[in-house]
Amino acid sequence: MTIALAATKKETVQVGSLKVQMLKGGKGSPLLVLHREFGSPGWIQCLEELAAKHTIYLPSHPGFDSSDLPQWARSVRDLACLHLWLLDELKLSNIDVLGLGFGGWIAAEMATMNHKAFRKMALAAPMGVQPKEGEIYDQFLVGPLEYIQTCFHDKTKCNQQWGSQPTVDQLEIWEINREMTTRVAWKPYMFDQSLPHLLPGVKTPSLIVWGKEDKIVPASCGKQYQQLLPNARLETIAGAGHCVEYEKPSELAKLVGDFLA
Amino acid sequence: MHLMYFTEQPMNAYPEEEARKFGFSSTLFSNKHFDPKEASRLYNERLEEYLYAEQCGVDGIMLNEHHNAPFCMQAKINIFSSILAAMTKRVKLVQLGNPLPLVDNPVRLAEEIGMIDLISKGRLVSGFVRGAGMEQVATNANPAFNRERFEEAHDLVIKAWTEPGPWRWEGNHYQMRVVNQWVMPLQKPHPRVWIPGIFSAETVVWAAQHRYPYIALNTTLEATKTLWKIYNDAAAKVGYQAGPEQRGYLIRCHVQDNEAKAHQGGRQFMWMQGEFLGLAHPYWASPSGYSSPTSRRQRLGAPRPKAPPYENQLETLQIIAGTPDQVVKKLRILLESARPSILALWANDGNVNHADSMNCIRLLGQEVMPALRQIGKELGLDSPFELNTPVSLAYTPKEQLKPVPASA
Repeated sequence: MTIALAATKKETVQVGSLKVQMLKGGKGSPLLVLHREFGSPGWIQCLEELAAKHTIYLPSHPGFDSSDLPQWARSVRDLACLHLWLLDELKLSNIDVLGLGFGGWIAAEMATMNHKAFRKMALAAPMGVQPKEGEIYDQFLVGPLEYIQTCFHDKTKCNQQWGSQPTVDQLEIWEINREMTTRVAWKPYMFDQSLPHLLPGVKTPSLIVWGKEDKIVPASCGKQYQQLLPNARLETIAGAGHCVEYEKPSELAKLVGDFLA
Repeated sequence: MHLMYFTEQPMNAYPEEEARKFGFSSTLFSNKHFDPKEASRLYNERLEEYLYAEQCGVDGIMLNEHHNAPFCMQAKINIFSSILAAMTKRVKLVQLGNPLPLVDNPVRLAEEIGMIDLISKGRLVSGFVRGAGMEQVATNANPAFNRERFEEAHDLVIKAWTEPGPWRWEGNHYQMRVVNQWVMPLQKPHPRVWIPGIFSAETVVWAAQHRYPYIALNTTLEATKTLWKIYNDAAAKVGYQAGPEQRGYLIRCHVQDNEAKAHQGGRQFMWMQGEFLGLAHPYWASPSGYSSPTSRRQRLGAPRPKAPPYENQLETLQIIAGTPDQVVKKLRILLESARPSILALWANDGNVNHADSMNCIRLLGQEVMPALRQIGKELGLDSPFELNTPVSLAYTPKEQLKPVPASA
């Protein structure tokens, strides 16, 4: 469940001509959290636990949730550029990052553009590379609820989060986010053919985390990331699907927290 | 009036129960159920029906295309257009239309259409569409850029037809190093462009702004009247008064010698409305990004649309079925109310067999259409061909245009 925490605040950051909405909270060294393609999770338990030792910056990607839409953007690389620009506006450099799924792909792209962007990089089941075995599950062939339910190993946990019949407001946010995902990741679906050739340049210490029951991004991608990044370790969390942060919040927070310590 | 014959070219020889079991009859419904022998028979029957339609006196043959679904066998509109260009002598070949956003090379498309116009000796009407949502999925065209690609591909095709090459195109979605195709259409300045649709307000306005006739695809009478108001307002803003020559209407209309048989065939229109087939997944029919953001909220959470019962559609004139006299009476109501000068009769669908299709075509061509022509004259429904209207706003003499000031 999303936790209401008085210590978090909403901020609007101007990135060029775009207003980017951001949630900020916690105490300690900065940790950029990049959300999934279905939008910002808000202040969930996993982030609350990480916030004990980190100041969390949780922006909504340009074009997602209520952040302004960059009409011109065509690729995840464009979003990565905008996030680097955002960090510049926030005067943050060489910080830690946690990228969740699609957000993990953005983080990886950012790292290839600026090898010094991150001190440490944690990626939870990132998209971005073409699986050597299997395929990335295509959300555009199903509706948003069915897709998000598939992101969970335990569907009841998904329903606890959004209900089995989400509100029209929620459906609208998901639709906005699907539209923006369509703009940047329609074809090829959820990967970039050049990213595997650029990842070996990223020497940033990296942690790759995979839910053992992930039905969205094949586990082979985890191994590929681990092999492509020169300084990466791969961990698996049992009993979790693609959305590890919702299904095993404490396990993910501990893995990431220990890695960043 | 310009009176056309249309069929969706249904691939009716497939196991319907398999689609019911699967829950959908398009996109992911496996083509293992496709029967090539039956498809070959059906293609050739359709061809015979088109040729017979010309013989029976129709003014035009309307063609379309869809992908990955048995409700329409035409996978490429330019193929049947090419065949008919060579095999017919008199009828207009009306493409409604080529789905522009699906095309990665609009110059190649301009060449193909140009060839068809040349082979048909200038009988082509080149309609353009955005393509239904499912077509974007089937051809992997990004739905979020559908409208941008539609408009840019249109501009490129028109320029390729009208401006001598070589020149270069560096657009937003299309880049062409050398545009200098060695095919130009016979019709000058270019073939007529008509825009069909099921009432997307943005497309209606766009068509009006270009002075292209809009062909309402079986929209309800009420929606059609709203649509013409939107069209008329947009036309007035750019300086001309829209009339019947800008209006087209496609209506389901099955005719037979006796009423019982007509209804037997008429009920087949339900085949693609979901009763037998045409089971559409909402996110295939309207992928994210395909529709305008302004309509986003109202689409969400809406139940899967269900076609009204057959009898209800007969009452609202969404389906017309009967003997020639009966259908003429009903079509008169439509003509009086919607006042289109271009009328397409969607005559045979579903499991209507070849013999019944031929009989329907005969009655339409020899009995219904002559009566409609008389009604058209009485109501002043002159077509773009009869009035020899300019093909577009760009080719309308400037002195004829009187734009309404923006503040009005």
